[in-house]
Amino acid sequence: MLELAIGIILGACALGAGTAMIAGIGPGIGEGNAVAKACEAIGRQPECRGQVTTTMLMGCAVAETTGLYALVIAILLIFVAPGRLVNILMENVGK
Amino acid sequence: MENKSKTAAFRAADVLLILMMILPIVAGWVLKALFTPESEGIAIKGALIYLSVHAPIQDFVLTEAQVNSWLVMISVTGLCLYLTHGIRARVATKRQYIAEWIVEKAEGLIKENMDGYFDGFAPFIAAMLALSAFSSLLSLTGLFAPTSDLNVVAGWAILTFALITYYKMKCGPLVYCKSFGEPVGFLAPLNIISEFATPVSMAFRHYGNILSGSVISVLIAAGLQGLSSAVLGHLPGFIGEFPLFRIGIPAVLSIYFDVFSGLLQAYIFAMLTMLYVSGAFPADEYARRHSAKTAEK
Repeated sequence: MLELAIGIILGACALGAGTAMIAGIGPGIGEGNAVAKACEAIGRQPECRGQVTTTMLMGCAVAETTGLYALVIAILLIFVAPGRLVNILMENVGK
Repeated sequence: MENKSKTAAFRAADVLLILMMILPIVAGWVLKALFTPESEGIAIKGALIYLSVHAPIQDFVLTEAQVNSWLVMISVTGLCLYLTHGIRARVATKRQYIAEWIVEKAEGLIKENMDGYFDGFAPFIAAMLALSAFSSLLSLTGLFAPTSDLNVVAGWAILTFALITYYKMKCGPLVYCKSFGEPVGFLAPLNIISEFATPVSMAFRHYGNILSGSVISVLIAAGLQGLSSAVLGHLPGFIGEFPLFRIGIPAVLSIYFDVFSGLLQAYIFAMLTMLYVSGAFPADEYARRHSAKTAEK
């Protein structure tokens, strides 16, 4: 029974981590748009290349934030949560 | 004054400074070798714990991340001293050109992105850039990069938060409190949340980028290990354990994940610090008060 409970915990953590990373879609689309527009801008005004690239990288970094929140949650779910949850289970059930 | 041949004392100081750059990294290797537990293959691990002292509320823990960030600080100090050693007004040496280039770039960055009021900010921003960049680059030497520990980066983000609050307070606490009620009074809770979201997002951005890079590097190294043992595994003896695909291929990835991503994140962290701090400073109000004060006198 305990094995089943631990299995459910591990599986649920893995599923949660995978589901959390759906948030990676948003920054992907957003950064793609930003880079596309930056390419257009450089095509129109090649002399502004440096400034456009810098601004684009800044914007990309800010747009990436939501994806990184999801990444942090996924990493916590994979590396931290299973151990803690199994410990709690052991304290309460499997003495 | 033209002394082409350097004196012995000058050379000795040079050697000392170069040692000051290199020795911290060697010390990091020694510490890591001493404290790494018996190897269990390729694994994703957090910072090693070097020392744990009992304290009343919570144990005081000295981790690899803290030690490595101090080592980076010593190393960067050695680099700066080396670059400015024997600096002269007339005859420029090679390293003097490099030092001047760095200072000019830092000041140019400040001029471009901040108010005229913040001209003295260049050393701080340059120090932050150097610390962040070299901390991320430390993973190239095989040591744990301090920036892939949330605690280190969170410390820097809290420093930025303190600076932001200090410059918001420049016109007195009243103006500071009033700034939360803009544009409409009932938005104050949201403004307070966004105030605290700034350091959190800065810390997570830097840490997440570096950590994800190292996690992907480890996963790919493990995958390549598996691939090479699948290809060569049935051969006898030494050849069977030879990590064929782990030679060179992870290094190509590390150019992106360690070098490019680390430098980019350092730049972005410094840039955001500049933008937030200069955006927090109520320049118009401060200028108005300043001119009123000088008019009184």
